[in-house]
Amino acid sequence: MNARPLLQVSGIGKSFPKPDGQELRVLDGVNLHLAEGQIVGLLGRSGSGKSTLLRLIAGLAEPSHGELHYLGVPVNGPAAGISMVFQSFALFPWLTVYENVALGLEAQRLPRAEIRSRTLAAIDLIGLDGFESAYPRELSGGMRQRVGFARALVVHPNILLMDEPFSALDVLTAETLRTDFLDLWSEGRMPIKGVILVTHNIEEAVLMCDRVLVFGSNPGRVLSEIDVTLPQPRNRLDPSFRELVEKIYVEMTARTVGAQTGNRTEFFQGQGIGSVLPPISSNELSGLLEAVAAAPYNGSADLPKIAAGLQMDVDELFPVAETLQLLRFAELAGGDLKLTEAGVAFCNAAQDERKRIFARQLLNYVPLAAHIRRVLDERTSHVARKSRFIDELEDFMTEDAAEQTIRAIVGWGRYAEVFAYEDESARFTLENPA
Amino acid sequence: MLRASRTHHFGFLRDLVSRWDALALLVVLALVVFLAEASRGLLAPLSRLDATPLSLNPAQLPEYAARTTLRMFAALALSLGFTLSYATWAAKSPRAARVLIPLLDILQSVPILGFISITVVFFMSLVPGRVLGAEFAAIFAIFTSQAWNMAFSFYQSLRTVPVELEEAAASFHLTPWMRFWQLEVPFGLPALTWNMMMSMSGGWFFVVAAESISVGHTSVALPGIGSYIALAIEQRNLHAIGWAITAMAIVILVYDQLIFRPLICWVDRFRVEDEPGAEAPVSWALTMMRRSRLINGLTLAFYALVRWTSWALPARKAAAPQPRVTRHRRSRLAGLAWIGIAVLLAALALRHLALTLLLETHFAELREVFLLGLLTLARVIVLIALASLLWVPVGVWIGLRPRVAQVVQPIAQFLAAFPANLLFPLAVYLIVTGQLNPDWWLSPLMVLGTQWYILFNVIAGASAMPAELRRVAQNFGVGGWLWWRRVALPGVFPFFVTGAITASGGSWNAAIVAEVATWGHTKISAHGLGAYIAQATSAGDYHRIVLGIAAMSLFVVTINRWFWRPLYYYAERRYRLT
Repeated sequence: MNARPLLQVSGIGKSFPKPDGQELRVLDGVNLHLAEGQIVGLLGRSGSGKSTLLRLIAGLAEPSHGELHYLGVPVNGPAAGISMVFQSFALFPWLTVYENVALGLEAQRLPRAEIRSRTLAAIDLIGLDGFESAYPRELSGGMRQRVGFARALVVHPNILLMDEPFSALDVLTAETLRTDFLDLWSEGRMPIKGVILVTHNIEEAVLMCDRVLVFGSNPGRVLSEIDVTLPQPRNRLDPSFRELVEKIYVEMTARTVGAQTGNRTEFFQGQGIGSVLPPISSNELSGLLEAVAAAPYNGSADLPKIAAGLQMDVDELFPVAETLQLLRFAELAGGDLKLTEAGVAFCNAAQDERKRIFARQLLNYVPLAAHIRRVLDERTSHVARKSRFIDELEDFMTEDAAEQTIRAIVGWGRYAEVFAYEDESARFTLENPA
Repeated sequence: MLRASRTHHFGFLRDLVSRWDALALLVVLALVVFLAEASRGLLAPLSRLDATPLSLNPAQLPEYAARTTLRMFAALALSLGFTLSYATWAAKSPRAARVLIPLLDILQSVPILGFISITVVFFMSLVPGRVLGAEFAAIFAIFTSQAWNMAFSFYQSLRTVPVELEEAAASFHLTPWMRFWQLEVPFGLPALTWNMMMSMSGGWFFVVAAESISVGHTSVALPGIGSYIALAIEQRNLHAIGWAITAMAIVILVYDQLIFRPLICWVDRFRVEDEPGAEAPVSWALTMMRRSRLINGLTLAFYALVRWTSWALPARKAAAPQPRVTRHRRSRLAGLAWIGIAVLLAALALRHLALTLLLETHFAELREVFLLGLLTLARVIVLIALASLLWVPVGVWIGLRPRVAQVVQPIAQFLAAFPANLLFPLAVYLIVTGQLNPDWWLSPLMVLGTQWYILFNVIAGASAMPAELRRVAQNFGVGGWLWWRRVALPGVFPFFVTGAITASGGSWNAAIVAEVATWGHTKISAHGLGAYIAQATSAGDYHRIVLGIAAMSLFVVTINRWFWRPLYYYAERRYRLT
């Protein structure tokens, strides 16, 4: 390992003020060390703070705690020598490919001849020759992201930050871009010394990175650090590659089990309503339940296998699996998803019976659902405004998260016919419950 | 490759001057002559206007048209400058926005025509005895009809710049100046261009009032189409009215083809979202500009200027975020100071208003103004309702037929620019010969120009309706009234509301012109707030002008706040497809 780190992050955290004056922590106590010649992956699900960390490193946001040093100098504001590739490409639609790439150099006020030669060199390097005068709207997603790469590389950064750069592309295009990038990197043809890659794709992380930091949520933090020592180029079908992917799967699921303490709500009235609920529909829930119940899994499925079988990303599969666990339809442990009695019963039942089982699980294990139902029962009018619950939730989460949580609970409540909701007047009612 | 090199030395002439260059040169020369022509006599003393009185000779019309157009573009340039600075200030400083945005909202609702009488005195005193003063007053009047919606649109754009583009700009160290020209202005351009076109249409309505100004005993008639129309009305010259309409049509056609069409095409590339299938607009003038080396050179020079200014300006390091605590404390102090100043100014203004208006006004006068306001309100409501009943079905019908829409859209835009004054002869003739009640029959003039906003918004809405929805309706045999109720009307509703808001706002303004109609010496007037302001203006009664304007602003603001805005949000939430 080199003596001087490119980037040193120590004890960094980010929090936002909540309405009640307290702080909401989205990122807590993260340490990160990037040495020359390394690709470090930040792996985690959405909401785990990995993108926030990337923006802190890019100088696009300021940390609430901790320190960031780039080449030994504290970072405040976007540093010269750190550039970024965006998930959504973030190209200027009114500039041509050439102009988009040259923009960063123009901001540095370099002589025109130098701008021209460096821009053309970057375009050439990334395989965009012939597209110089095209506008982004004329390009495919893959070509657009190549412009994103050329634009980031043309300023000759020491560190390249990549924010899920392949996740907006189709599978084939993403694979081509990844391979091209790794080739350029291993041949040392790019002017960069280190890379930080944000991703939610476990295989991508294992394929590209020298070290992977696994992130957990609430608050966002590093759960574990995994060194990937497999030689490049790596083969996805290699047993040691699969083993590592499996290990990270287990790592990510093991921690989520610990997070659920599983209190029955009857005993803890009004408690525990503060967890953010994922925007998962009842269709997805029953879809996964049925898939696990059916052959070849017969009630217990290995997560990487079922993810591959359903052609789903971890980021899509995990929230569904976790919601099943939240509702006690299944248990997550050691990278396996295992149906509970209620889960099996649900799968064997007909529509009306399914709704009854869902309602029972919802009221028993989702404190917010029980809370809303209780409020509605207690009132003679059986009506309660949405804003009332939003206010309560905002003591524990951001405004957006509260909205998302309410949307989720409305969907589940409607399916289970536990309560009704009128969007026009933004009110919960008991008008047509079971 | 080979063939190209062989013909190369014969083609040098063609290289030098493309055939588009010839056309471009012609257009540029014409523009120069036109400018020189139009700006002649700006510094002449006012008395020259009396020495060379306006003539209804159609031969004079080209010159008049040139001067009117120049005035309108001067006002448009002014509006653009105002927009870029005012909207940017409001968008960059949330504190300033708290004052600037409501202010803009009010300014937008103040009846502009009532303004003229007040501003003209001010501008004439700036350049005493010169034509320039009157020109300023006219340009300012047109400016007040163009600026507000442009500023609003740019403010909205600035606030909705995509976050990732902002982040990209920051991470590549763009200076604030570069950011403005490379990111914010380009992003706001499409909406701004559209609003500039609307503003030009709206401006025509005010040209007639702005060019021929008479306040009390002072009356000035600047050479232009507006004054020409005013004179034609005074002299009961129907032929002249016809000539004026022709000249207007030609002018609108010319600047639409030479300026706005190319602009719309060019601006198409600044749209951030790309809807596939949306047809890219075409313009022969833009093709000319793009293919001509001459104009290419000019645009390159402009880009060089932008680049040069961004280099010449002191390099400021991309803003390093300051520690949170100190920034908070400082901003809170400044915020308090800001609020203090705003409250103080508001209190002073209120006191002044109270002293001049309320103390000197009898309660009876206030009541009269209020009742007249209600009368005008009733007219606006009834007319907008009638116009909607007529144009919504027509708009839906047209919007679902793209070919028809292509033809109708520009015609509607032309009609929207059509000043109500041009129909005075007809209105007066009908009312006098038919012995009709002017309270009823003058009213249609109010929506003459504004009803078209409903039409072209509904057309836009109908053509934006997803084809699948229409096919589903067809598939299930949804027809007749059910189709209107469940498919067409909900589909165009948000667009209709947008159009109706513009139409209603415009109608209030038009009331000042439309509630009093003159044709030669015949003067017919209806009862209403518009007529009240118009009469006060011609009598030079400032006290009543201010009272009338204040009352009308109050009406408009109240209706916007309590009716249109909630309706707009409802429509957006409930019926916006996508």
